[in-house]
Amino acid sequence: MSERLTIWEQARTLGHSRRDFLQFCAWLAAAAGIEASQVGQVVQALETKPRIPVVWFHFQECTCCSESFIRSSHPIVSDIILDKISLDYTETLQAAAGHAAEAALHETMKKYHGEYLMLVEGSVPTGADGAYCCIAGRTALDTVKEAAEGAKAIVAWGSCASNGCIQAASPNPTGATPVHEIITNKPVIKVPGCPPIGEVMAATIVHLLTFDTIPQLDRVGRPMAFYSRRVHDTCYRRPNYDAGLFVESWDDENARKGFCLYKMGCRGPVTYNACGVTKWNGGVSFPIQSGHGCIGCSEENFWDNGPFYNHLTNLPGFSIETTADKIGVAAGVVTAAGLVGHAVLTSIRKRDVINETKK
Amino acid sequence: MAEATYERVYVWQAPVRMYHWINACCIFVLVATGLVIGRPPALMSAGEASDSHWFGWVRFLHFSAAFLMSFAFLVRVYWMFAGNQYSRWDAFIPRNWTRLKTQWREMVNVLRIDILQLEKEPIDYVGHNGLAAFSYFGIFLATIFQIITGAALYAPMSTFWLPGLFSWVPPLMGGEAIVRMWHHAFTWIFILFTMIHVYLSIFHDMTEGRGEISSIVNGVRFVERK
Repeated sequence: MSERLTIWEQARTLGHSRRDFLQFCAWLAAAAGIEASQVGQVVQALETKPRIPVVWFHFQECTCCSESFIRSSHPIVSDIILDKISLDYTETLQAAAGHAAEAALHETMKKYHGEYLMLVEGSVPTGADGAYCCIAGRTALDTVKEAAEGAKAIVAWGSCASNGCIQAASPNPTGATPVHEIITNKPVIKVPGCPPIGEVMAATIVHLLTFDTIPQLDRVGRPMAFYSRRVHDTCYRRPNYDAGLFVESWDDENARKGFCLYKMGCRGPVTYNACGVTKWNGGVSFPIQSGHGCIGCSEENFWDNGPFYNHLTNLPGFSIETTADKIGVAAGVVTAAGLVGHAVLTSIRKRDVINETKK
Repeated sequence: MAEATYERVYVWQAPVRMYHWINACCIFVLVATGLVIGRPPALMSAGEASDSHWFGWVRFLHFSAAFLMSFAFLVRVYWMFAGNQYSRWDAFIPRNWTRLKTQWREMVNVLRIDILQLEKEPIDYVGHNGLAAFSYFGIFLATIFQIITGAALYAPMSTFWLPGLFSWVPPLMGGEAIVRMWHHAFTWIFILFTMIHVYLSIFHDMTEGRGEISSIVNGVRFVERK
């Protein structure tokens, strides 16, 4: 492993001008939600701090987080972030393979003990002693514990690492477990979503890179800058909700007009994410803008809180498509029948009492 | 029924009666608006969003009524410690083993006499009978549940610190979608309770003639003089 360059030094060797570098710093600051007056801090950090060594693990996942990350809109992000952090290990993108890759991983973990950033994509299966996910002959469970031991910070990429995601859906056959339930002695920054927004991922790394501190997290460990508001509250269709203008079916006039998808089961009102603001694919669109409701992919248990196209989720313990309303109406009918029956019984059994009272 | 003389007993004090009616109005508004929020009707589908805000107003009504009901409930809880014997907390929660057994016997009696009508002679309770007390305890718990889950759902759209106190609820219950589902499901408890409650009040009023209905207006019931 060569001597660790700062990001500025690295940029210079790649032929970037000072102007490019400053522009990049300003852009990073904006992406990470840092205010303009603090851009100087970002510049200073990138000039003076050596590149953070990063190990990026892939366990039970589909790699959509990586795909999202490398597509983060500003080309410079994927470029620079991948260049600027010292990505020493990542199964998907690394050039090395086999023993060479494993050697790189172990060298980083040894050499930069306590300094490296650990990024985890995918959940960790705990069933059958972790046998459902093995890399280089070792279980994910082993690897994650070993790597976490010397990590400076841990980032859980995506809903798999944050919440378990679809492989944790009932009955969770492999015992898929989110990282924070395995590593309990270190803060885990959760960046949920299936996948998370590329810019959000990049900005989270930028924050760690720049300030050397964990960004402000909410109650469940997500960066406040991106997960403090509901998709519903930042949705451009929100005025239709307040006006009671809803899409009634997928092919109606209201759908064409772009009314609110609340009645089509949109999970925007219960989902915390930046989709309405940052959007996807370089700000082109996001699910609701494309006419489909949010499925709440960044929320815990979204995979079990179906059906996606009903506003109310099913009542647990009852069959599919049984909402609280159906059970409520049935109970109401039974109750009404009971009351009528009782009234009839009363009018027969207590006729004399009622008549006597009337005198 | 043989000749009997009755005396007027002041049972329901003013705060109890006021709570009852405020609560009744709030439940009516909350259930009606809550069901609309859960499944909004397709009104004015041809309009523009800028022309209307009716769904916003429905939600506003829901939240206002919820705050009113919550504060009324707090006053009622205070009155459980300040009120007379019929409104105190131990009228609903048995304070010891003996009271629990008494309440259990009362509940069986109420089932036998009032519900199944195996015996004809009515039982006379001055305050709540055992079964009624038990069901009110249940509805108090349901009220607390609705206040907590409702505040938890309201918190993210508000800067008010009070609902914010309950922002720990969604992570605990497994996300806001789940909280929403349970908050909605509990609505039905209030609907069923109201049906049974109103029916039984009329039933007691008609079969016993002790001023069951009017007592919640003027606080007075008629009790047989022994």
